Amino acid sequence: MTDSGLKVDVACTVNGARQTLRVHPLARLLDVLREDLGLTGTKEGCGEGECGACSVLVDGELVNSCLVPVLQVEGAEIKTIEGVSARGAELHAVQQAFIECGGAQCGICTPGMVLAAVSLLANIPQPTDADIRNGLAGNLCRCTGYMKIFDAVVRACERAGVKA
Amino acid sequence: MLTEIVGKPVPRKEGRSKVTGAARYVDDLRMPGMLYGATVRSPVARGRIRSVTFGEGVPWDEFVVVTAKDIPGENAVALILLDQPYLASEFVNHAEEPILLLAHADKQLLERARRAVHVDIEPLPAVFTLADSLARTQTIWGEDNIFKSYLVDKGNVDEVWAQADLVVEGEYSTGAQEQLYIETNGVIAVANAEEGVTVWGSMQCPYYVHKALLKLFALPPERVRVVQCETGGGFGGKEEYPSMIGGHAALLSWKAGGRPVKIIYDRAEDMVATTKRHPSLTRHRTAVSRDGRLLGMEIEFVVDGGAYATLSAVVLSRGTIHAAGPYNCPNVRIRSRAVATNVPPHGAFRGFGAPQSIFALERQMDKVAAAVGLSPAEFRRRNFIRQGETTATGQVIREPVDMAGLLDRAFELTDYQAKRERFARENAAVGAGGVKRGIGFASFMHGAGFTGSGEDYLKSIVGAEADASGRVRILAASTEIGQGTNTIFAQIASDALGLNYDLVEMAQPDTGNVPDSGPTVASRTCMIVGRLVESAALGLRQTLQGAGLLADEYTEGDWREACRQYVERYGALKSFSQYKPPPGVRWDDEKYEGDAYGAFAWAVYVAEVSVDTLTYETRVDDFVAVQEVGKVVHPILAAGQIEGGVAQAIGFTLYENVVWQDGRMVNNGMTNYVMPTSVDLPPIRVHFEEQPYEYGPAGGAKGIGELPMDGGAPAILNAIEQATGVSFTHVPLMPEALMRGLSETT
Ligand code: FES
Ligand code: FES
Repeated sequence: MTDSGLKVDVACTVNGARQTLRVHPLARLLDVLREDLGLTGTKEGCGEGECGACSVLVDGELVNSCLVPVLQVEGAEIKTIEGVSARGAELHAVQQAFIECGGAQCGICTPGMVLAAVSLLANIPQPTDADIRNGLAGNLCRCTGYMKIFDAVVRACERAGVKA
Repeated sequence: MLTEIVGKPVPRKEGRSKVTGAARYVDDLRMPGMLYGATVRSPVARGRIRSVTFGEGVPWDEFVVVTAKDIPGENAVALILLDQPYLASEFVNHAEEPILLLAHADKQLLERARRAVHVDIEPLPAVFTLADSLARTQTIWGEDNIFKSYLVDKGNVDEVWAQADLVVEGEYSTGAQEQLYIETNGVIAVANAEEGVTVWGSMQCPYYVHKALLKLFALPPERVRVVQCETGGGFGGKEEYPSMIGGHAALLSWKAGGRPVKIIYDRAEDMVATTKRHPSLTRHRTAVSRDGRLLGMEIEFVVDGGAYATLSAVVLSRGTIHAAGPYNCPNVRIRSRAVATNVPPHGAFRGFGAPQSIFALERQMDKVAAAVGLSPAEFRRRNFIRQGETTATGQVIREPVDMAGLLDRAFELTDYQAKRERFARENAAVGAGGVKRGIGFASFMHGAGFTGSGEDYLKSIVGAEADASGRVRILAASTEIGQGTNTIFAQIASDALGLNYDLVEMAQPDTGNVPDSGPTVASRTCMIVGRLVESAALGLRQTLQGAGLLADEYTEGDWREACRQYVERYGALKSFSQYKPPPGVRWDDEKYEGDAYGAFAWAVYVAEVSVDTLTYETRVDDFVAVQEVGKVVHPILAAGQIEGGVAQAIGFTLYENVVWQDGRMVNNGMTNYVMPTSVDLPPIRVHFEEQPYEYGPAGGAKGIGELPMDGGAPAILNAIEQATGVSFTHVPLMPEALMRGLSETT
């Protein structure tokens, strides 16, 4: 994808599968996920670390994949929206709650928002209202005004079996 | 027959694909042999193009290059007028105006090439503000810089000034606002002389893009196809602009012999180059009697349209008609103008001119109330419009309307009276640098559908088809952009037919497959198009019954069997329905008089704020939105529309400031143009009153999408006035302005 041709190998785990990626070392994790691995559920909203549409979990930590050079994920475990619930399996409680509570409108922020919520509940299983607001503060949503997203997080943690 | 689905919170049709990341937006699509496109833009606001040079170190022979000379048809974006070129050839009229297009398979190289194109422009004097445009410091458009003007004249305003006990004047203004959908504008195009032109993209109005491409390529309608992909928000920002970017990608593909070309704007380009909300200036002169009756209103309303006409005439129209609000006033004169400046054209944004004029009106109403010595609430109560009375355009309100009831409900939910008194007491005791609090409200209305005869001209059509298994598909060009079109249309159709919600789905909006149900704008999708969905669906049943295959009462099994037999015997089962105006609607386009909208939604919004007089930070602590929108089709989606709109209104009021320099937005990034985050917003509490509208679908639904954008700004500034004692007249109200305002009064 670059005109320099220089490429290196990066080994990591993506949604549970071992991968060795042949990539430009400065490529953004976001582009590698979307273009090399076809995981287009991770979105780009700003490319500068402000919107959180590109959120993924790297070793359980919520990160903006637009700011992560792919070299940094050598040896890491990455989870994208495609890995939140196994293919064909039941939805994750957070995903289910987003559908029920109207947490997704246009849906472009939703993959990042779902991962932020999953990460929040992994760290704080019984979050307060302020915890929820703070936990999602790195993820912008222009459609919902966030209220239905808060509802979804509350609904998800009311259900058993929530884990990242 | 099943129980009703309308009114129930059924799961959003595309909910699952959105929460799993499976939903495919345009940037998620790739095609074999695809190139990426980029746009070379004007560095200056106004000037004459002297030359274009291609810099060193770029393998230019590998690039597809398109200039105005390559355009096969007309170099104009067809919308209302034909004044805006796809590519400037001789003159540029705003910064970032497109001049040249490039395509290459390598994105990085493409970006390097874009920077290596040098456009030499001889600058001409430019106009950047509404005031300068009105003063005609330069004539930059037509003969007088005026895109459009309207005059609404009810009664005789000239006679009231002498009789009035009081005359109150006020001047108010609003800034630009970026739509800031999280998915930027983007398209993919395949175009060549043999196959015609196809564009896939993020958009609100496929048939607008279709119309624009016909002109650009001089092709007949059947050679152009436009397909909407999953769309990551629009709010008006994808009403007109997709015609531009779609045309650009298609021109590149055409030049490249039909190779697919994708153009996705990055955030900086999207913010600097695409449309924003029109800045506005409103002057009010209001005549009242001593007992607080409105006698006359004279309103001057001006919007800044930017460099080309685009949609300004219709934005101005909506702003004009809403300028006098939900009040009964016998004499009203509204003069309005949309003027040209050398900034990128302003365009559609939720509310479409109404948030601007309503902001001015609802600030002015508080000012007039104070002048006559009444509370803001009591003054409005004495003047609220009632059933049988007329709006500024002379439209008789035929539906029941109860603004006072909405006000009561909103006050009850917020404990307004008690808080208003308490804050007044407490603020008096707050020392310098302390936190002061206030509560304020705005009362307003929003018309649904196109203005006046607009829907008559559109003649929207919706289709419905059923296959042999009994599955029903709605054929409409109305787009799902997050607001819930897919879901509410399926609800309306399934209720009309008494079928399970899961049996009904929406066809993808594709001009090759769906009829033109009109643009997805103007709060028209539910009320206008929803009604057509209902009758198209009912047409399927009538056809089956007419063919003797279905009884009056039927089960889902009977339905499936009837469809199977029909399709076997006659082939496809389809039905179409076209818009007809409700009876008795009259509109005079010359006089701007009559029934401006089929129906209005009515609302009272209350905001509670705290103002830190040390940091000059304002927070909205509570927000209550009470509205009457007819039958609520889906309670969660409807509340979601209100909450999202209120959040955007809070952004418009306190956070979102477009900083201009020489006609160019300089804070064109999400780091320095700040929209509200999850920690900034108050609880947004939504309450619906339901008053079914006779001609709405699903037992009486009206429009809802734009309404929540209207009331936030005035309600918040009214609350800030209670908190600080200062009457602010401009939004966004940024901390610096708050500081200036407060220091002037102390
Ligand atoms: S795209 Fe990464 S934070 Fe916006
Ligand atoms: S749902 Fe559209 S941005 Fe969040």
